[in-house]
Amino acid sequence: MAAAASMVPIFGHQISSKNDLVPDWSREEVSTGTTIMAVEYDGGVVIGADSRTTTGAYIANRVTDKLTRIHDRIYCCRSGSAADTQAIAEVVSYQLGFHSVELDEPPLVETAANLFRASCYRYREELMAGILVAGWDRRKGGQVYCVPIGGMLVRQPVAVGGSGSTYVYGFMDSNYKPGLNKDQCLELTASALSLAMERDGSSGGVIRLASISEDGVERRVILGDQLPRFSTH
Amino acid sequence: MEKHYTDSKVKGVSTGTTILAAIFDGGVVIGSDSRASIGGEYVSSKTINKVIQVHDRIFCCMAGSLADAQAVIKSAKSHLSFHSVQMESPPLVIAAASVLKELCYKNKDELQAGFLTAGWDSKKGPQVYVVSLGGMLISQQVTIGGSGSTYIYGYVDAKYKPNMTREECLQFATNALALAMGRDNVSGGVAHLVVITEKGVEHVVVPGDKLPRFNDE
Repeated sequence: MAAAASMVPIFGHQISSKNDLVPDWSREEVSTGTTIMAVEYDGGVVIGADSRTTTGAYIANRVTDKLTRIHDRIYCCRSGSAADTQAIAEVVSYQLGFHSVELDEPPLVETAANLFRASCYRYREELMAGILVAGWDRRKGGQVYCVPIGGMLVRQPVAVGGSGSTYVYGFMDSNYKPGLNKDQCLELTASALSLAMERDGSSGGVIRLASISEDGVERRVILGDQLPRFSTH
Repeated sequence: MEKHYTDSKVKGVSTGTTILAAIFDGGVVIGSDSRASIGGEYVSSKTINKVIQVHDRIFCCMAGSLADAQAVIKSAKSHLSFHSVQMESPPLVIAAASVLKELCYKNKDELQAGFLTAGWDSKKGPQVYVVSLGGMLISQQVTIGGSGSTYIYGYVDAKYKPNMTREECLQFATNALALAMGRDNVSGGVAHLVVITEKGVEHVVVPGDKLPRFNDE
């Protein structure tokens, strides 16, 4: 897998601040330090994300929805600066909607991914955004595209991103096999996100999942007490 | 974008590395990769041994600056053998870990070295201790360290179970090291593993081509 969004680690923000009179959540930028994941299966894609948005050490939103609709069967998973990714997603949504009307048919996932890449690459110095674009179209079925910080574009069968993703590369490498079905993908995504949320301070809350196929989009939420659990040691 | 800071702040030869130790039913496995690099750009050794014996049934793995770690271990070995003579019995694993911790803590401003200590003694059986960079000492059932360890936290959390058999634990350790070496560019080479039980010590070396492969390679 390509090295997706290597987040500025939380210890890059000042831990011992000289300015302790002002709380860090009033100085720090809002960030979706996060864990996001997308998996292709035959007939669609499964995407998932945690739900924590932080400003410094304060959790600004513990039930964030990081799975953003771009078009009927195309979603993106956002990681990095919350403001940057929201802005880019809005712009791409608009561009894609317009393009779809011109074409008079549903847009391709590859088109959406390229629009993301165009914005992320052109403004790479100003932006901090790591995005996974995933969806279904008639031409190529389920597809996952990775647009990490810097503005590269690559298609992968499985992609993880965000600060929590580093902790689950090993788990993903050993547990993913080509040819999984939708339920296996959902289980794999939920397990990987749960493991990452346990280890990454910037990821947590609930797990939001969505599966996208020809029939449409099915969304679900796994609450804190129902998260997959592994042996505690 | 900022470089991902792992061992790149360490000057000189650094063991960007993956080390781990895990307790199983009746003993402990401790292991590491074998790569030493300078700043992540040049591999200065492909076959360095990072699992050092500090006493008959006590081994250490080092992470961080290679020079610092070697110096600390040399000093710790001599302290420990003296202590063992004074006590007229083999040292406890926690004694070895404590000696390392004292050195790391007292010299925390100059040193950049962390250790995993694993071994077997007659008082508490198999044990694993972690001495972190600043000199904290804690005991754990399973622990990982080094730059490559970030990639296998999920795998270790999911796969480690207490009271595994020796074979299960060896397979678990080999898999974990292989996965980390596959993702971390400053970890690699062969997997050095040492199995310590009441009966004795066994070295297992898994060369690069015999490491488990996972389907995306």
